[in-house]
Amino acid sequence: MTRKQITHHLSDALLMAYSAGSLPEAFNLTVATHISMCDECRARLGSFDSLGGALIETSETAALAQDSLAATMARIRRAPPQTVTSPVRPAPGLFPAPLRDYIGGDLDAVRWRPVGMGVKQAILPTSRAATARLLFIPAGAAVPDHGHRGTELTLVLQGAFSDSVDYFGPGDIEIANEDLDHTPVADIGADCICLAATDAPLRFRALIPRLAQPFLRI
Amino acid sequence: MKRAGPAKVTTIRERENTDWVACIAAIRETQDEAAFARLFGHFAPRVKAFLMRSGADATLAEECTQEVMATLWQKAHLFDPSRASAATWIFTIARNRKIDALRKQKRPEPEDLPWGQDPEPDQADTLALQQESDQLSEAIAALPQKQRELIEKAYFSDLSHSEIAAQTGLPLGTIKSRIRLALDRLRHTMK
Repeated sequence: MTRKQITHHLSDALLMAYSAGSLPEAFNLTVATHISMCDECRARLGSFDSLGGALIETSETAALAQDSLAATMARIRRAPPQTVTSPVRPAPGLFPAPLRDYIGGDLDAVRWRPVGMGVKQAILPTSRAATARLLFIPAGAAVPDHGHRGTELTLVLQGAFSDSVDYFGPGDIEIANEDLDHTPVADIGADCICLAATDAPLRFRALIPRLAQPFLRI
Repeated sequence: MKRAGPAKVTTIRERENTDWVACIAAIRETQDEAAFARLFGHFAPRVKAFLMRSGADATLAEECTQEVMATLWQKAHLFDPSRASAATWIFTIARNRKIDALRKQKRPEPEDLPWGQDPEPDQADTLALQQESDQLSEAIAALPQKQRELIEKAYFSDLSHSEIAAQTGLPLGTIKSRIRLALDRLRHTMK
């Protein structure tokens, strides 16, 4: 599969937190989906996992229970024999495997809900610590101007969008925080589909979207 | 590989790394319990300490440690020494167990690469990777203590940067810049 060059990558802080396992589920999903599309971030994740390994290697130790090894061997003997399965290749499609697992299929399985102006969304089932949703923005259309209380990750899966920061194409991820108010506009070339994760509700500037916010669960 | 330079003195830890790789191979090939006992003696106390620092009490940490080490036995065929050291692989198993047992947050994995796993890992790649792992351990040990502590907190105590800020009373900017300095230093050493 050839992809266009990805120019917006995960930050060290996000990769480190994903490696350490301290992110909320919605962020984990977005990071895993980006890495599925981006060899560079996959390699960087490998380095952060190595860092975790080196920390375990050089860290302190804790005293084990007296029968710890024997108890572990007993666990191993009790466990059903492992069947060696080779990983199943997912059928080609638009979405990487981790995202498909949450949708229960590819693009045709998404249950979109309209949120106005042709924009549609589908909220994915994750823990409540953060929200993950797919956004469909018709070519040339805009998502209402909004700011963020926490962190918002937006990963482009199809098409592209622009905002005050830059242009984001397939595989690119935008990491936005409290300081950014933006109006993402989908590129005119194609409808834009994004995976967006937030750890706090968005703040819309205009009155109407803000009233709608509790109902739309944005 | 990158490091085709002059012959390097083999350090103790580097020999150990190669040894652990051989132990995992022995478990995979012949269900070698003596090899498992050696790995267990080295890594189980470290895994338990990691889980306790992540917030598990001694009982839960002991149980999870046994599960992590049992997983090592059961999944020995998935270990690829040309991609990870034994310590790194065990870290990822322990981290996943920690997320299930303590955090109740799911952590989806990225899609597998299309070419999958090499049936027979390349010897030179394996050696180079084990050498690099050793260098990384040395580089971490050489970090200024304040930087090292923050990196350990980020990995072991399960706190976000802002939570570390609240806990330590350090400004968020200081934490971020110390972690950045530590990573820059590690990258410089690993070049």
